Amino acid sequence: MLEKALTGNRGYWVWIFILLAIIGVGFINYLEQFKTGLGITGMSRDVSWGFYIAQFTFLVGVAASAVMLVIPYYLHNFKKFGKIIILGEFLAVSAVSMCILFIFVDLGQPTRILNVMLHPTPNSILFWDMIVLNGYLFLNIIIGWTTLGADRKGLPAPKWVKPLIYLSIPWAVSIHTVTAFLYAGLPGREFWLTAIMAARFLASAFAAGPALLILLCFIVRKYTRFDPGKEAIQAVGKIVAYAMIANVFFLGLEFFTAFYSQIPGHMHSFVYLYVGLGGHSELVFLMWISAIFSVVSLILLIFPKLRQNERTLSMACVTVFIALWIDKGFGLVIGGFVPNPLERVTGYFPTAPELLISLGVWAVGFLVLTVLYKVVVSVTQEATTLEH
Amino acid sequence: MSMDRRDFLKLAGASTLVGLGGLSVFDGFVKDGALASQAHTAPGASAGKRLAMVIDVSKFKSPDDYKRVSYACHSIHNVPSIDNLKHEIKWIWTDTYEHVFPGQADQYMAENIMRLPFPVLCNHCAKPPCVRVCPTKATFKRKSDGVVMMDYHRCIGCRFCMAACPFGARSFNWTDPRPYIRKLNTSFPTRTKGVVEKCNFCAERLSAGLQPACVEASNGALVFGDLHDPSSEVREILSSRYAIRRKPNLGTGPSIYYVIGGNEHA
Repeated sequence: MLEKALTGNRGYWVWIFILLAIIGVGFINYLEQFKTGLGITGMSRDVSWGFYIAQFTFLVGVAASAVMLVIPYYLHNFKKFGKIIILGEFLAVSAVSMCILFIFVDLGQPTRILNVMLHPTPNSILFWDMIVLNGYLFLNIIIGWTTLGADRKGLPAPKWVKPLIYLSIPWAVSIHTVTAFLYAGLPGREFWLTAIMAARFLASAFAAGPALLILLCFIVRKYTRFDPGKEAIQAVGKIVAYAMIANVFFLGLEFFTAFYSQIPGHMHSFVYLYVGLGGHSELVFLMWISAIFSVVSLILLIFPKLRQNERTLSMACVTVFIALWIDKGFGLVIGGFVPNPLERVTGYFPTAPELLISLGVWAVGFLVLTVLYKVVVSVTQEATTLEH
Repeated sequence: MSMDRRDFLKLAGASTLVGLGGLSVFDGFVKDGALASQAHTAPGASAGKRLAMVIDVSKFKSPDDYKRVSYACHSIHNVPSIDNLKHEIKWIWTDTYEHVFPGQADQYMAENIMRLPFPVLCNHCAKPPCVRVCPTKATFKRKSDGVVMMDYHRCIGCRFCMAACPFGARSFNWTDPRPYIRKLNTSFPTRTKGVVEKCNFCAERLSAGLQPACVEASNGALVFGDLHDPSSEVREILSSRYAIRRKPNLGTGPSIYYVIGGNEHA
């Protein structure tokens, strides 16, 4: 089926080459990082994880969100998701690929990455994260590819794929839970040391991922003859609405605990993120954009009239995505490092090479996504032509 | 009562963990984690030594006393002198009371204590979070004496240990450190870019029967010894003087003790 990605109109190839160019720029910058070291990024002794790990954390959520389509379709027989579900599964493949790349570019000694497998260490959460991420990647490739292949022949999916589909449901929850555990189990990082971290991660994932999926559906529908279905998109919109409400609620819980208890260590990171601390306010502007976009998105999502209008729904999805991308792709990770364990403040902002490398990773993700979606679109069109 | 509960936990832990045996994170639950008390260590947890240090800050008389101590360490361990604070590498350095003991400072405290620099270094914790999180066992706790060590050739540079350390004891080589080494000590390895490093309690000197370099250079302000040996000098000081540790409430069991008062110890 992959040959379907080798034929396309001019627009398709222009897009592919734009992505390849961005990947090239990212790769050249990565070579510089490989040669010089991670010193070309904005990270420091105090803020020792930055944009890479934050992007990884955010994208795990996007990947996990495929489960929001799998559960209604396979467990509740919600047939309207029949066409959109493959888009969700392939979005997960693309997102997990980016996650793995973001971890890779963050390593100080990337050539030693196999040490994680040569010296397996089950008490490290990172070891489990490697297992669940790779497992989820393979599950979605196998499930997506097999069901699409069966569709192409007009046959039901083979029986052996069903258990894998059921397995992918708890597996999706596991990838984001384990990723939350990277942070939530560290003594002395009070901003992260919160039992609600995994729940917060899941809520934000189930808002940001489906929001991106809706936007992708609009794009696919505009540029191809593939229609995921208006009702399916509306149903996903409801999922985004509920998940975003839960996410904002959970964030509110964090604020309450920090500021009602008045425990300095619990308040410091929030103060750094939203008003600045010790003369450092690098992220304040972004965090307020995130807060404002969250409120705007809730208004657009909660009122049925606004959600049902596809124009306002797409605005809602853009605001949800940006709000959560800032919150998790920046604030959550950086905030945990400020102030440092000696209560000194070191600021952080990504450097140009760091951003270009990140952009390159995103371009790889979009290339994977484009190729997979191209196959889906071609295969489905071929199947419908055969039927008629 | 507490003994009963302890025995019960041991039994329950042992029976559920049969299939998982040897995961150190679970060992903690079984041995003493559930009864988490910062004051006691598990009896018989280690048959070997537990090396520790007592720092008597009152014995540092001048800025030179501090410099001598950190110079002794940094020069023999090829620790680079990097001016860019973001890329700084340090094994032993100083900070003030409010930063070394966050949340303990008070505006009415004696000013000399507030201003006093406190030497800080890796705490060689009894239950080190850095060791728990390392995905390759590149950082590990030596069973024979409790020293938390690093294998610079195994470290993949993921920096999970830096996020996990509650004491900010770890440094990362953001670039090649070698051009920043002032005077190369050829008897100790240099590091490469992309790996984490920290104080090793002078493991290389201990194996030669010597005291850590900082202790030797401290004129008696730093005392080093085995906590498991009741007749050791560190135990003698701890039994007679009021000593504090950094963030003991986190339960990591730091092995560095601070004595603040001014009088002579035994």
